[in-house]
Order: sequence, then C-alpha cells, then structure tokens
Amino acid sequence: MEGSLRYFGGRDGLLGKLRAGLAELGFEASIAPADTARAALWLARGGGGRLEDLPVEVLDMEQAFFRSIGISSVGELLRLPREGLARRCGRRLVDDLDRALGKAPEAREFFVAPPRFAAQLELPAEATQAEALLAAARRLLAQLEGLLAARQAGVRSFTLTLIHPGAPSATLEIGLASPARDAARMAQLLRERLAALPLARPVQAMRLEAGDFTPLHASSAGMFGDALAETEDWARLIERLRARLGHDAVCGLATSPDHRPEASWRRIEPGDWDPREFRLPGARPLWLLEQPQRLPGTAFALLAGPERIECGWWDGDEARRDYFIAQLEGASLGWIFREDGDWYLHGWFA
Amino acid sequence: MAALEDILQRHPVWRGESPAGSRPDALSSGYPALDRELPGGGWPAGALTEIVGARRGIGELQLLLPALAALTSAGKRVVWLAPPHLPYPPALAAAGIDLAQLALVRAPGRRDALWAAEQALRAGSCHALLAWLRHARFADLRRLAVAAEASRAFVALFRPQEAAGEPSPACLRLALEPAGEALAVRIFKRRGAPLAAAVRVPVKRPVHALGRSAFPQPASRDAGTDRRLGLPLHA
Repeated sequence: MEGSLRYFGGRDGLLGKLRAGLAELGFEASIAPADTARAALWLARGGGGRLEDLPVEVLDMEQAFFRSIGISSVGELLRLPREGLARRCGRRLVDDLDRALGKAPEAREFFVAPPRFAAQLELPAEATQAEALLAAARRLLAQLEGLLAARQAGVRSFTLTLIHPGAPSATLEIGLASPARDAARMAQLLRERLAALPLARPVQAMRLEAGDFTPLHASSAGMFGDALAETEDWARLIERLRARLGHDAVCGLATSPDHRPEASWRRIEPGDWDPREFRLPGARPLWLLEQPQRLPGTAFALLAGPERIECGWWDGDEARRDYFIAQLEGASLGWIFREDGDWYLHGWFA
Repeated sequence: MAALEDILQRHPVWRGESPAGSRPDALSSGYPALDRELPGGGWPAGALTEIVGARRGIGELQLLLPALAALTSAGKRVVWLAPPHLPYPPALAAAGIDLAQLALVRAPGRRDALWAAEQALRAGSCHALLAWLRHARFADLRRLAVAAEASRAFVALFRPQEAAGEPSPACLRLALEPAGEALAVRIFKRRGAPLAAAVRVPVKRPVHALGRSAFPQPASRDAGTDRRLGLPLHA
C-alpha cells in the first residue's frame, strides 16, 4: 500500500475514496488500516484501536477455550507462552498471530469475482415513478459495472425484478446488442423500458441479476475503426429500438429453403442471413400477406400461372396450391392461389 | 486564379452555374431516365423523399430496389419501418438485396413510429430508411426532415393519397401511377425547376404481357383426382 499512498493523496485520501465508493454502492463499511493485512482485518472487525486491546472474538477461532482460561483480549493472548498455546489451540492460532504482527508472511488469495451478479436494493420509500426507480437501479448498475470491470467482462443481458409489497413481482429483461459493462448505457435502455411500463403498484425493492459474462476489453479506435464503429452503432440502434418497442418489434429477414411460401422465410436476428441458403424461386411478390385474403372469384384476371406448390405432407403442414399472377384493383398485380376451389390473395408485386 | 480554385475545392461554395443540388451524396436510382430528373442525379441522401399515394402492386417497391441493392451489397444498412405487409425475403434476395443488412421494425403507434424513425436517422449506421407513416402530422414531418438533414441517409416516406394535397417539408415528392408495364413517376416537388411531365420508369414486372387479354380461369379439377396423385411436385 505504501507505494500508492502518494497517488491517492495519503492514507486518509485513500480511505476517503474507499468509503465514498462503497457508499455509492450502498454498503456500510468498517475500515481500519494496519501494518499487516491480518491485523487490519481484526481491527476492522473490532472497531479500530490498538491490536492488543481487541477482544479475542475478532479471531477466527473457537471462543469457548479462551473463555475457559479467562482470556478476553488479543494482548492477553500474546502474553501467553507460545509453545503451550500452540499445543492447546493448534498451530494455526500461533501462525495467525505471527502474521498479524508481521513476523510471518501472509499469503492471501486474490479476490475472484463470481461469474454471476445478483444484488437487491430496498428502496428508502415505496416508489411509483419511473425516475425514482431509475435512480435506484443506477446504484445497482454501478455495482454491476464494478464487478464487470474487475473481470474485464461484459454482459449481453440483465434482469431487473421489481418487487411489489404483497403482489407478484415484475421482471424486466433488457437485452444488449453487444456485450457491455457501461452503466450509463444500460441505464438508458432501462429508462425506455421503465417509461413504457404501467406502474400500477408501488415498488418496494428491486433486484438486478446478470449472468453469462463474456470477455470484454476496453476498446481502442484502430485501423478498422470505421466499419467497426458502424457495426457497433447499428447494434446500439437495434438495442435502443428494442428497449422501447419490445424485443420482437425488431428483426432481420432471411430466406429459408422451403417451397411453401409461408415457410420460405423466417425472422432472424438482424445480420444473421447466410446468402448460401437462398435458391431463386419463380416469380415472387415483394409484399407477402401473412394471412392470405379470401378473394371473390370475379375480382381478378389471371395473367400467368399456374405454379403448383405442393409439399409439406411430411411435417403435417400440407399445402397444395396453384399460384397465379393476376391483375386486380385496376392495374395492380397480385399473387393469388386457389386451394380447394377458393381463391386467395397472398401477395402484391409491389 | 489557382488560389481561387483551391478555395473552391476545399470549401463547399455554392456556384450559380451548377444546377441546384449537385450534392455529391445522391444515390443513383438505377433508372437513368429517373436519375436525369432527380436533383443531384439520384435519390437524395440527408433529405426527406416522400412517395405519395402509391397503390399496392404497381411496382412501388421496385422503384427503390436497385438503389437498395447497391447500398446493401456495399455493406450499408437499411431500416424498414412499419411496412403495411411483409417485405418478402425470397423476392428481396432475388432482387440482389443483401438481407443481412436489413432490419424490419414494427411500430404500430404514430409516436412510436416517429420516435423509431428519429432513432434510425440519428444512428450513423442507417443509410436508408423506408417508413410507412400513416398518420404523420406536419410537425412530425418537420422533425423528420430536420433529423434527415443531420444524417446521411436516404429517407423514403410512403404516405397515403390524401397527403398529396397537404404541405410537406420533404425536398422531393413523387406520385406513382401504373403505366402499362412501366411506372409513371410524377415529380411534383423537387429542388430546382418543377417538372411537368411524368417520368416513365421501366420497373421490373413479373409478366411481360400486361395488358394482353387475360386467360380464363381454369376449370376446377376434381379434387379427388388430385389427391390420388399424392406426390409433392416440388419436393
């Protein structure tokens, strides 16, 4: 720690930063500085002061024995003969004392953040306003950002659960177009969702959860900046649109190798289309009516056809149709078919 | 003189001699006859284009497809906002459009649609926006026009026939009419001199005999005979 004291503005500056950071995350902390990590831990547990004056409860040891021999402070423990103490209480206690005093080296394991994030926050007062909820959610998002930064990771989605007193809780799933850890970006998406949410009941608490961390390194503008920036910009656009309009309101389109008109396309994530799966069909309309529309038999004039489309008997979704290109509504061209003697409009050659 | 040329090259100084809209960022429509009449020689980027009263099925999308095919095959992204029907992927792919560059956005409400259009225009990655705004008001269009001017996107707004008589901030307004196997494009507002005659645009049609006599409906064959065949003809 000695080496970084200057940078943080001395011991008090460093402690002040620690306290402020923890308060922002919504934690109360007990902080104590000492010459060794173990002594600092014990002091923090005991509320500070001198190591000798600390109660023995700060040690990770069975307390019954200390009580039985009338020892109540660390100082009294240190004055006992070492060898006897080691025999009665085991080597570990003596080693811990040595580490606290700096007589033995302390090998500590570095903190490894868990690969999931879950945190709950009780609201100071029940809230019904989106803005109040957002302010609270920001604190949780800041915690998430901290965890992600420590792991050099990002998440592709997170879940915010709004807990109502005496009623089932509501869950908001927010998807991100690309892995992110920026709390401000996540808060912006959450804002769109909260704004669209009818808040009938007051919210008592909220829980933020995120999993599936993916590696994310600080990006740097590089040689391929332009194309990458555009891809990222596009991903963010889709993400924003989805945050307000709903996930399913934005999709990409793809062809599907199937002869049935309804099955020869599908919705995909924007950008996922593989052109190799496309085979050129016959004349196909640019507008497809997702629900074919029944036509009176006299409303059109046939211009070309028929194209018999019949398949799907193997998966129980059989289609047997004769498709024609027809002129209707004056000069418009429609894609119509006949099935079981009835005519239907299925698309427009727009 | 050399210094003056230099200044003119480096700064966008408008010169009277060039027709209004020699904007370099126009997008060729793919139809030379139309490009000749469009200010800048193509669809304008960074401006609103309004297509009014297009009936369905007369080639109204074919009008835009060559430009969209050129954009998407250059890796530029296109947003389709609130179209009235599904833009059918096999037909788009057949027209040379890279489907990987498309996003289809549903926005049923007027405010959501307007908001989505603005978001798309604010994003630098959307190079063309096709939007079907059924109930847009003048103030909405004004906002869109401002957003379009701040972008580099080609914006095509499809509007109902009633909109033709209303004032619009769009810098280019077109009305479409079927004309045999072609499409008659009437440019009723553009930068520069107005155009009296409609432009005949040879859009692709699925039949080349439009206007020839239609053939009679084939008599409905006996369904029972059909069923006995039982084989999928395309399988």
